[in-house]
Amino acid sequence: MTSIRLAVPETAIAGEIIEVKALIRHPMESGHRRGSRGEVIERDIITRFECLYLGEQVFAADFHPGIAANPLLTFYVRASRSGDLEFTWTDQHGAIWSEASSLTVS
Amino acid sequence: MTRSTSLNVNRRDVLTLGTGAVLIAASPLRGHAEQVDLEQARRELFGTRPVTEGRVRLKLPPIAENGYSVPLSVEVDSPMTEQDYVKRIAILSPRNPLPLISQFYFSPGSGRAKVDARIRMSGTQSIQAIAEMSDGSLWSGSRETVVTLAACVVL
Amino acid sequence: MIRLAGLVSITLITACSATTEVSDVPELAAEDIVSASVFLNSETRALQEDTFANPGYLWVDRGEALFSQPPAAGPACITCHEKGLRGVAATYPAYDENIGQVLNLEGRINQCRVTQQSEPAWTFESDELLSITAYVANQSLGEPISVDVNGPARAVYEVGRDYFQTRRGQFNLSCQQCHTENWGKRLRGDTLSQGHGNGFPAYRLEWESLGSLHRRLRDCDTGVRAEPLPYGDPLYVALELYLAERSKGISIETPGIRR
Ligand code: HEC
Ligand code: HEC
Repeated sequence: MTSIRLAVPETAIAGEIIEVKALIRHPMESGHRRGSRGEVIERDIITRFECLYLGEQVFAADFHPGIAANPLLTFYVRASRSGDLEFTWTDQHGAIWSEASSLTVS
Repeated sequence: MTRSTSLNVNRRDVLTLGTGAVLIAASPLRGHAEQVDLEQARRELFGTRPVTEGRVRLKLPPIAENGYSVPLSVEVDSPMTEQDYVKRIAILSPRNPLPLISQFYFSPGSGRAKVDARIRMSGTQSIQAIAEMSDGSLWSGSRETVVTLAACVVL
Repeated sequence: MIRLAGLVSITLITACSATTEVSDVPELAAEDIVSASVFLNSETRALQEDTFANPGYLWVDRGEALFSQPPAAGPACITCHEKGLRGVAATYPAYDENIGQVLNLEGRINQCRVTQQSEPAWTFESDELLSITAYVANQSLGEPISVDVNGPARAVYEVGRDYFQTRRGQFNLSCQQCHTENWGKRLRGDTLSQGHGNGFPAYRLEWESLGSLHRRLRDCDTGVRAEPLPYGDPLYVALELYLAERSKGISIETPGIRR
């Protein structure tokens, strides 16, 4: 069960640099821990985050086990034209979670 | 019924309070990365190109309460135009089981080469950020953080 | 580096050998009562107060969704609780007349789940129960804790108080010794708080997850090398009632961020 939280402005003026926050629920199990019976807890992490604006990648990240559980990112996008911002998270098994928001630029 | 008025607990004895369960549930699988691992990770990412200190502002708290989730902020001075922008920033650790923590990729459309994230830290160390510019030059910054609750068990 | 507890060598200076009246046991002075969040560093406190970035809200969001989702057999919570449940969490645990028992918030929610929704109770610490409890408690954010320990709840409150004051585990320590008599002191890189439940369910950095108050109580019992009670155990509910009465005046912080 994943939940995602986005903080993205709905409007901006052309040329404005907007702040974007993206939070997703994920254990980011490092693969470096052992369970109570001494067994290795398998790695289970999100490996990739991408933000597309008007269909083009404006920001991306590769995650490794050093990223904390429930990863939170704050980054920036330069507003140019009205359109969608798309956010995708992909885990090591290829599972994808995505969310979108629309930005009106004046 | 006896009652104590003063509690004098040997620090080591109560070391695992609240972590008792975690101690068993999350003992570390392998040791820490060494400075050499960091150098190797850096070579794998950027080859043998020279890295100049500067232009990278890395922020981490001087003291973190524990290593499970330490706020990190990194910003690189750049106009972020088509001609001159930051392509990526790598975050490296000399002490975590894996030296590479994350890589962030920017574009002129980012407007600003800044990102905030939260990282895991296996104990006190100096985290390094290396930025690659669109002209291929490499810049770095680092920051020392003291981790009060050693978080080897984290990773 | 693995932290190992060394030999148990705890020096306790016994004040009096004679049997002590319960009334002699020190209590928190009303003006001293503070939430554990005052012992967090500024970054951690800022995270708690950031209603977007506080990861506990990932569970609150899910709880909100569950609240308005009708289950297979019965109506959604929101159907009967149209106006929400603001202020309710600050009054729990509370005595339930219908079943003649003191219930904590989780128990009360499960009560509706079974009797009003004809659904099986959610298990303690399940994602569903944690999420909906966090959602309901969050509706009382900022509300001062105020429980009723008179009438039929009195006996349960006293059971909780006894648990709090009884030494246990290999370390032979009581909750009272750490949280009433030594709060504010450093213990293994941590600062002892007064042991209130006002931030729970809380997101502990060490858990990397949201967890219930009973999970925290189990950690404390395990910490003194005592056998922790099962989740939802009536003794923990009684302890919870004692803790809530002892926290009178401080307000709900759910989802709190804790070390
Ligand atoms: C069919 C109607 C119905 C449904 C559905 C229902 N409840 Fe209730 N709930 C009640 C009634 C009736 C009470 C008792 C009101 C009272 O005591 O004043 C109550 C009481 C409560 C209380 C205690 C309120 C207090 O003031 O002490 C909580 C908490 C609660 N419900 C939560 C929930 C949750 C969470 C759900 C969904 C999982 C839910 N309820 C579903 C009818 C319902
Ligand atoms: C040896 C000391 C010790 C004993 C005994 C102990 N605890 Fe704790 N407790 C801690 C530490 C350390 C923490 C984490 C830091 C803090 O909040 O105090 C903690 C945290 C808590 C918290 C969470 C407070 C918050 O807001 O995060 C509660 C509630 C609590 N304890 C209750 C109890 C109860 C009830 C008992 C008895 C069953 C108990 N503790 C026994 C050391 C102790």
